[in-house]
Amino acid sequence: MAEETANDRRSDVVLPCVESVPFICPVAPGATPLETELMSDKQNLFNKVWDLHAVGTLQSGQTQLFIGQHLIHEVTSPQAFEMLRERNLKVMYPERTMATVDHIIPTENQARPFADSLAEEMMSAIEQNCREFGITLLDLDDNRQGVVHVMGPEQGLTQPGQTIACGDSHTSTHGAFGAIAFGIGTSQVAYVLATQTLAMQRPKVRRVEVNGELAPGVFAKDVTLYIIQKLGVQGGVGYAYEYAGDVFDRMTMEERMTVCNMAIEGGARCGYVNPDQTTVDYLRGRPFAPQGADFDRAAEWWLSLASGPDAEYDDIVTFDAADIEPTVTWGITPAQSVGVTQNVPSVASFPESEQKLIAEAHEYMGIGDDQPMEGTKIDVAFVGSCTNGRISDLREAAAVAKGRHVAEGVRALIVPGSQLVAKQAEEEGLDKIFTEAGFQWRAAGCSMCLAMNPDKLQGREVCASSSNRNFKGRQGSPTGRTLLMSPAMVAAAAINGAVTDVRKMLEPAAV
Amino acid sequence: MQTITQITGSGIPLLLDDIDTDRIIPARYLRCVTFDGIGEHAFEDDRQQDPNHPFNKEQFQNGKVLVAGRNFGCGSSREHAPQSLMRWGVQAIVAESFAEIFFGNCTSLGIPAVCASRDDLRKLSAAVEANPALDVTVDLEALTVSFGGESISITMPEGARSALATGQWDFLAQLLDAETGIKETAAKLPYLNAFSA
Repeated sequence: MAEETANDRRSDVVLPCVESVPFICPVAPGATPLETELMSDKQNLFNKVWDLHAVGTLQSGQTQLFIGQHLIHEVTSPQAFEMLRERNLKVMYPERTMATVDHIIPTENQARPFADSLAEEMMSAIEQNCREFGITLLDLDDNRQGVVHVMGPEQGLTQPGQTIACGDSHTSTHGAFGAIAFGIGTSQVAYVLATQTLAMQRPKVRRVEVNGELAPGVFAKDVTLYIIQKLGVQGGVGYAYEYAGDVFDRMTMEERMTVCNMAIEGGARCGYVNPDQTTVDYLRGRPFAPQGADFDRAAEWWLSLASGPDAEYDDIVTFDAADIEPTVTWGITPAQSVGVTQNVPSVASFPESEQKLIAEAHEYMGIGDDQPMEGTKIDVAFVGSCTNGRISDLREAAAVAKGRHVAEGVRALIVPGSQLVAKQAEEEGLDKIFTEAGFQWRAAGCSMCLAMNPDKLQGREVCASSSNRNFKGRQGSPTGRTLLMSPAMVAAAAINGAVTDVRKMLEPAAV
Repeated sequence: MQTITQITGSGIPLLLDDIDTDRIIPARYLRCVTFDGIGEHAFEDDRQQDPNHPFNKEQFQNGKVLVAGRNFGCGSSREHAPQSLMRWGVQAIVAESFAEIFFGNCTSLGIPAVCASRDDLRKLSAAVEANPALDVTVDLEALTVSFGGESISITMPEGARSALATGQWDFLAQLLDAETGIKETAAKLPYLNAFSA
């Protein structure tokens, strides 16, 4: 069954009905699919991909945008299927939606029915909905199951030049491949299911360049936290971010995913990196990637979409990689961060209009003016999530954990982003490194990133977390506190029981 | 679909910045397969921790127009957030700015989410604090919010404004109307056609 579905979803599948429809292109008249030379050199990737997917203009002036790949999970889809039932609608392109389960998945005891009857009800709902509407579900008993933004790229579902939507704000992750990918609400999930399209306002495009070289011990997470610190949590509203420059050019796909994942934390619903050889190499051989001669044609097309040297932008900002150090959040928004060697900024150091918010963050976090960030005590450590739950993240954490031990009184969880990540880590012996060091090795899911499963903070616990949000109450306790940082920094904090500059703990060769 | 041009009701002053959707509706209340009953959990943790939270105050219990600050609704895409506010009784939100996904979700539910300047929001918020029963009118045609003889100007992206004002904010029917165009678009996407012309 799984095999058949996999074949059905290959990119050479021809959608039903298309052959009988006369070819009319509302965007670029006369264009054939591969005639990307018709696209202007001045167009950036975002606008090329947008135009290709524009079905037309709605009366409201918004674009009706075709969504090439739709991803769903158990939390934001049940009400959408209910809308379809109420209106007696079918899913227009069931083969363009892939489902998995992640948010509510217990990472210890996964026996069904789940102990949490509400979680069990959601599982039954997505299983029933996928059966009824003909959508492939990578359920718990399928070894491809995982956090939706880990699974999609891993399976090769995510490809350059696609539009990708999912009822989850971290859908921006998929932009790492040069796709336009963004989060949507449940009504919009219903729109995509029923019509494969959305009503969207075209955003502006800001190029965010980071040039130069990152210092050893500085990771993709630090880069993305630094950009948010500089541009603010609202700086990206109305924009798509194109991440460009030396630093992103050199990054692996997994690192690019970490950066794009948090575009939304800076207000940008969508962030992307132009496809290059790194992208092509990552996709080759993935189950849902094109195969054989199709792959070569695909790669040619993917690379042609990248913004060229003459591409135009609505805004450009540039940063110097040398200014970025391991970065840690101290507050209740992802922009409230400092380099690990710095002090928590005082309330008075902010403009008057910001001071109320900063004081609220200090109070909630129990943190004071000019307190050194390094040495801040932690109770819990969490490595995982769609931001940092991939194999490279686990390797980086394991490199720090190896031969050391979690500090007394600290509860430390390693939650792989998918079953395949877990399997790979086990093959490499990372699980042993972690368990010998006193970390708990768990099953794949979203876990303590948002604590919809049993993994939660208690009371005012402080958690060093590789996830993406340090909002009040985010990790399951209404008064719990979160410090965001890279997986290596989380491992370092777990071992010392306090925020630690990981650069002191890395092998000299690695530093 | 119902046209939405004017909302009148009393206000709820919540002039704070960067209120994320985890605060509007904590994740544990997302464990559900319908939105029924979600209204009573709006701002639950904030209400628990702050007895003076406006959603706790008797005088604002019937408020329909929420007055908020900058970047309202940031974070998670959960439609449960505007659903909970709507089921609490909120029919319109006036803020300095909105996070995009939240804004789109509001429009899908027929909740006008309109922007005003900080100074004007302070005036509006103060007026609501002083007189919780005061009628506040959000007018999507005049692009004003009026209250107690005062009027402030508001902005809203024209696409969303006209969708609400002309009763086309449930986009499903419109999107379905373009079925031919949808199939034409699919037919020219290289990745749906084996990457060949």
